[in-house]
Amino acid sequence: MGSKRTTIYVCMGTSCDARKSRRLQEAFSRALKDKGLHDEIDVSATSCLGYCDEGPNILIEPENLMYHNLNEEDVPFFIEEHFIKGNRLENYILAPGNGELKIPDMTDINFFKHQRLVVLRNRGRLEPDSIDEYIAMDGYAALSKVLEEYTPESIIVEIIDSGLRGRGGAGFPTGRKWQICRNAPGNEKYIVCNADEGDPGAFMDRSILESDPHAVIEGMIIGARAIGANQGFVYIRDEYPLAVQRIKKAIQQAEDYGLLGDHILGSDFSFTLKIVRGAGAFVCGEETALLASIEGKVGRPRQRPPFPVIKGLWRKPTNINNVETWANVPHIIRNGAKWFSNIGTAKSKGTKIFSLVGKVTNTGLVEVPMGITLREVIFDIGAGIPGDKKFKAVQIGGPSGGCLPDKMLDIPIDYDQLVQAGAMMGSGGLIVMDETTCMVDLAKYFTKFLYEESCGKCWSCREGLRRMLEILTKITEGKAKEEDLDTLRDLAEMTKYASMCGLGQTAANPVLSTLKYFEKEYILHVRYKRCPAKVCKALINFYVIPERCTGCMRCVAACPTGAITGPRSEPHNIDQSKCIKCRACYEICKFNAIEDVIVDAIVIK
Amino acid sequence: MIKFKLNGLEVQVEEGTTLLEAAHFYGFPVPTLCYHEGLSNWGGCRLCIVELKQGNQSRIVSSCTYLAQNDLNVFTNSEKVVKIRKTIIETMLATVPTSKIVQDLASKYGVHRVRVAVENKDCLLCGLCTRMCIEQMDGKAIGLVGRGDSLKITTAFDKRSDTCRLCGGCIYICPACQIRCIGPNIEKDGPICNACANLEPPCLDQFENMMCYMDPCVACEIGTEKPVKSKL
Repeated sequence: MGSKRTTIYVCMGTSCDARKSRRLQEAFSRALKDKGLHDEIDVSATSCLGYCDEGPNILIEPENLMYHNLNEEDVPFFIEEHFIKGNRLENYILAPGNGELKIPDMTDINFFKHQRLVVLRNRGRLEPDSIDEYIAMDGYAALSKVLEEYTPESIIVEIIDSGLRGRGGAGFPTGRKWQICRNAPGNEKYIVCNADEGDPGAFMDRSILESDPHAVIEGMIIGARAIGANQGFVYIRDEYPLAVQRIKKAIQQAEDYGLLGDHILGSDFSFTLKIVRGAGAFVCGEETALLASIEGKVGRPRQRPPFPVIKGLWRKPTNINNVETWANVPHIIRNGAKWFSNIGTAKSKGTKIFSLVGKVTNTGLVEVPMGITLREVIFDIGAGIPGDKKFKAVQIGGPSGGCLPDKMLDIPIDYDQLVQAGAMMGSGGLIVMDETTCMVDLAKYFTKFLYEESCGKCWSCREGLRRMLEILTKITEGKAKEEDLDTLRDLAEMTKYASMCGLGQTAANPVLSTLKYFEKEYILHVRYKRCPAKVCKALINFYVIPERCTGCMRCVAACPTGAITGPRSEPHNIDQSKCIKCRACYEICKFNAIEDVIVDAIVIK
Repeated sequence: MIKFKLNGLEVQVEEGTTLLEAAHFYGFPVPTLCYHEGLSNWGGCRLCIVELKQGNQSRIVSSCTYLAQNDLNVFTNSEKVVKIRKTIIETMLATVPTSKIVQDLASKYGVHRVRVAVENKDCLLCGLCTRMCIEQMDGKAIGLVGRGDSLKITTAFDKRSDTCRLCGGCIYICPACQIRCIGPNIEKDGPICNACANLEPPCLDQFENMMCYMDPCVACEIGTEKPVKSKL
């Protein structure tokens, strides 16, 4: 937050940090001093702007202009042009996609236009390491409102009225959970923030903790007040060093300001918050395993009931919510339940943050209202699939979510609709896949991930996944028979129904959803020994189609084993005995002259 | 007292009773493998699954870890349960085909084929031996280590445990292998029991006060010319 005429915000999210945004910030400070502009223009570090694909990003306020891809060396020139001469540097202005707008405001950019910011409203506007900036943005106002105007019961009523549901995946109504925990017998109660985000390709919770740690803390204090807990834990994975560092600092600052500790803001309410760092087991995201881990035991789930809200940490009532759920709480209190429940669909209220990754033009962090369709997220915000490739599927809900095909893209994002479609909301990973992804190979990848991350207690989960992996490997190697698909279904059913915890019960989803929507691809693999996406090496043989080949020699240069020969301007030839099926020629050919057997000709009944 | 429906029958049990205990009490057979009366309930083998029905919704839980609650509607042998149970036994049989206990289960539940690759493992990772060691023998010598594909039963740091008194409790209770007593570091530390592995039984000939619970001891019968009665 700048107090000067103009502020340059430099993104300090993990992605931009890795692209040397810190040096960029220093370069700006130096250059401004050199030009004597440092009294007028402020340089400030800020949290993730979400547009991670194009980092390091900078935002110039109050013009609301986003620049990207700036180098340290460009900075003096940039300041000269932009601030002294008043020229907009079009090369660096972020105008993804069509580039129709010559001088786009941040809100004109498609990536930002369709988003609705609630939890991420402070992104790009404040320095995450500063509690003062958070307070200046109405931070902790909800807390003082709660302590002055609300009884614990009325907080719960407010949360129930808002319709907030858990953002960790299952979507249990948050207010009801709080109520059960409040009414559970026992004097000592705990609350826990689950920040053990382990899905491949997901970074929502990390981003919230990195960009707005105080919102999570404020939400937790309010929750503790409502539930009657005096001790809270943030279970955060140690793989997120920046997030750990920021939440640590934020807790320290809140303690210094009297917002945590004894007699918060002069009231009779006391609450302390501790950080527990997780060692990186995916299964510890499951609530009972997480509690075991906090207690110092092996992170292994146990039977529910008793649910943690009745008997949790050290057998005391414990309320566990996800980072995003906690971060929603202050906004609901400040703006009212009605405001919140106006966003979203009938049964799913508010907004949801997704990390949009994979084969999509604009990758990054997006916050959208519930009820938006997947098509809008992928094609309007994400600007579709790069290149001339076709959309194939989107994996929603992390490794144990499901893969939805093109025809399911128009369903609104909503807890119940997604479950009906065979996927789940999960914590909010969206992995987009184009036609070059083999669905069997994908199911194999996720099954392997889950097998390695399963705690191994239940036979159905551990062995079910191992046997499924065995069959999937056989399929991708072309050794499977058609009966194996039935076995695969039986194993998936066993894993889904017989396992104890949420991990096992959803672990078959990658297999089940790909079998449901992409059965044709399985049959092509099994019956015809072909991989239409040309991924499974054992099932592909690349040939040159002589009519299309212009003899440009590009593939000859690309081939690492020298399998392709042929004089210039004449059709080339691939020596199958030397070919290692690395796809280099296939991907480099501009004329589609390198092909496997054309699978479209195969008709499956 | 807790009242609920078990296979359509109105039953009542005391609070704290598991569904498995209730089913056994009322005479409904529920197969088990990792369950033992003298040990804590684990819920790892999933053979004791039962179906809980409520309206159109149904849920499958392991009966050995699920406490009886009022108004439950439990089915110990529904179609879904039987089908899944058969898949479980089938995969068990493929993994440890030599286990007598698993063979008996397969025969009892009509599992006549194995559709997945047959292996010759000697451990189901059911955790019976670790619980036996910790809870009954006060040994705390072995435990489950790792997760997922690296899950195994071993001593701390794979070293011969000082707390292991060679009591043989783990061998006694093992449903599959009866050789977990080899110990993790046989070359260096020497055998703990080692019976089945090298067919030379560590009987009284070699160890003073050795207690072997194998009955009959396969190793004794095959391995030596002069069978030694190994049971004290």
